[in-house]
Amino acid sequence: MDIHEYQAKSILAGYGVPVPRGGLAYSPEQAAYRARDIGGNRWVVKAQVHTGGRGKAGGVKLCNTEDEVLEAADEMFGKRLVTNQTGPDGKIVYRVYVEGGVAIEREIYLAFVLDRKAERIMVVASAAGGMEIEEIAEKEPDSIIRNIVEPAVGIRDFQAREIAFGLGIDAGQISQAVETIKGCYRAFRDLDATMVEINPLVLTSDGGMVALDAKMTFDDNALFRHPDISELRDKSQEDARESKAADRGLNYVGLDGEIGCIVNGAGLAMATMDMIELSGGKPANFLDIGGGATPERVAKAFRLVMADENVGVILVNIFAGINRCDWVAKGIVQALQNNPVGVPVIVRLAGTNVEEGRKILVESGLPVVRAATLGEAAERAVGAWQAGTQDTAKVVAE
Amino acid sequence: MSILIDRTTPILVQGISGKIGQFHAKEMIEYGTNVVGGVTPGKGGQSIEGVPVFNTVKDAVASTGATASITFVPPPAAADSIMEAADAGIKFCVSVTDGIPAQDMMRVKRYMRRYRKDDRMRLTGPNCAGTISPGQSLLGIMPGHIYTPGPVGIVSRSGTLGYEAASQMKELGIGVSTSVGIGGDPINGSSFKDILELFEADPETDTVVLIGEIGGPQEAEAAEFIRDHMTKPVIAYIAGLSAPKGRTMGHAGAIITAFGEGASEKLEILRDVGATIAPDPSRIGATVADVCANAA
Repeated sequence: MDIHEYQAKSILAGYGVPVPRGGLAYSPEQAAYRARDIGGNRWVVKAQVHTGGRGKAGGVKLCNTEDEVLEAADEMFGKRLVTNQTGPDGKIVYRVYVEGGVAIEREIYLAFVLDRKAERIMVVASAAGGMEIEEIAEKEPDSIIRNIVEPAVGIRDFQAREIAFGLGIDAGQISQAVETIKGCYRAFRDLDATMVEINPLVLTSDGGMVALDAKMTFDDNALFRHPDISELRDKSQEDARESKAADRGLNYVGLDGEIGCIVNGAGLAMATMDMIELSGGKPANFLDIGGGATPERVAKAFRLVMADENVGVILVNIFAGINRCDWVAKGIVQALQNNPVGVPVIVRLAGTNVEEGRKILVESGLPVVRAATLGEAAERAVGAWQAGTQDTAKVVAE
Repeated sequence: MSILIDRTTPILVQGISGKIGQFHAKEMIEYGTNVVGGVTPGKGGQSIEGVPVFNTVKDAVASTGATASITFVPPPAAADSIMEAADAGIKFCVSVTDGIPAQDMMRVKRYMRRYRKDDRMRLTGPNCAGTISPGQSLLGIMPGHIYTPGPVGIVSRSGTLGYEAASQMKELGIGVSTSVGIGGDPINGSSFKDILELFEADPETDTVVLIGEIGGPQEAEAAEFIRDHMTKPVIAYIAGLSAPKGRTMGHAGAIITAFGEGASEKLEILRDVGATIAPDPSRIGATVADVCANAA
């Protein structure tokens, strides 16, 4: 789960990480009020959206008067911010964050990630801050410092010092850097984060240090023990269909094809998408209905897939282990009887109780195309899609 | 023959009194698995599916001599149940649970290292389908009837893709020595390499099928092992050719975050070390058949 910059900063500040003074605003007037409250004569207005690359997309504005703050905020509210990370739909700005200006001397990159090779938390830092890490890796690969933390003892002072000296930080600021690094680590560990990124961590001209931007991502599997973090979820920043699916215990990722997929198991769902592409079609979605899927859950899956208006064919591919084919078949029948989908449905069942499942489908009398193998299912789905588009073309031609 | 489990392996079911635990305990027993007991704290002294239930894994091991276990324990307590098995002297543990926090797994793996290598438990999963040695023992949630005994080892991150491969092979009359699910989480107990090592050493396995997916470094690590140590032919399939970057595809570990983690890059690396690549997921069985025919 992602959270906003202002939320990440507030969490990190609680762990001793220095952050600029700032305030959240839900309207341009509130933004101007925040600027006055913060004081000074330079402010930054920052769109709060779940994406990086905001600056280039017009989501970060430097302002010298309260009027400029008001104008900058006015322009941002309701805007669809499209960055290199959001996809073409972008993310809508509903909140802005106003911060006091900072006199930047140097910019540093500091991040904490879960390293899958070491199976440990890893610190990634670079003296070439301000750029995205991919860009640093490409342009200044030698500047990247990596340091792995032993979970039994946590990050040690000497490790934090090594990182800080490695970044070329002056002796006078080392203890501040060590506190910042240790604070980020503790936040990562205590709150089950999967990523903490401060980019840039700024050394100010008056010898201070401040986290100018901050990003945190949390382990969805650990949210059950962090109710206060769960509350930071902002559904306005999520794909509406994906968050709806997640609320129903389904794993859904929207794609841009036409063949809707309902599959059990993440691996088989990916393979089904691959098979559709290899057969000349395009999948409309990834959907894993999970283990122990009940008829109700299968029915929900149908509604979810059909909510995508691009879907012209549905392919159901179930290989039942923890699932049972008869349950799945009941779900298919129930869903189609209550809400006829109006598009061809191809069903492939295999595994536990497969005969009972097939029987339920046949006896229902529903116009479901059955397929015995994954290859056959994908071919029939793509065939049905092509036939459908030809029919449409014919209608248009007539 | 087989790796990890055979018809004699005495097995415990942790979480046997839960709905899912009981369902699968029954399935395993019906398959012929030597299930010797179950564990549910507070239910010691009862009997479920005809096997005795114990309060702790230690009690169960002391009474039954169990050497392997499978845990059906919900995410908040799952890591604890794995550590309990490790501490009680279980040699091989399967964790089925989907949704264990990544940092819990970090701690589990750290904890397991407190035992000397010879005494250390082997873990597969979490978020895996388990292990089956067809005709002998089922320590998992897979439908047993799709496997037939034979000389091909399967190791897979995905459960359902492992089933897919086994059933395609069965259609073609090809059997399985052991099929091992290693799970879809970012941090798991055993890697592809760990299981390839066992298959390479198993005299009854002569070919191995590796089923990977996007995300993580384990397929690349497996490729190094294949290059340096495998004498047996390896057939590989990697799921997720059509998966977009930066999106989690169901499995917590199935996300492309770095170069080399996409399906096509992984296939390239595996092809380079001499693995035979299955052209699509519906032809895993056919590819195995080709490789076996060429070897014969």
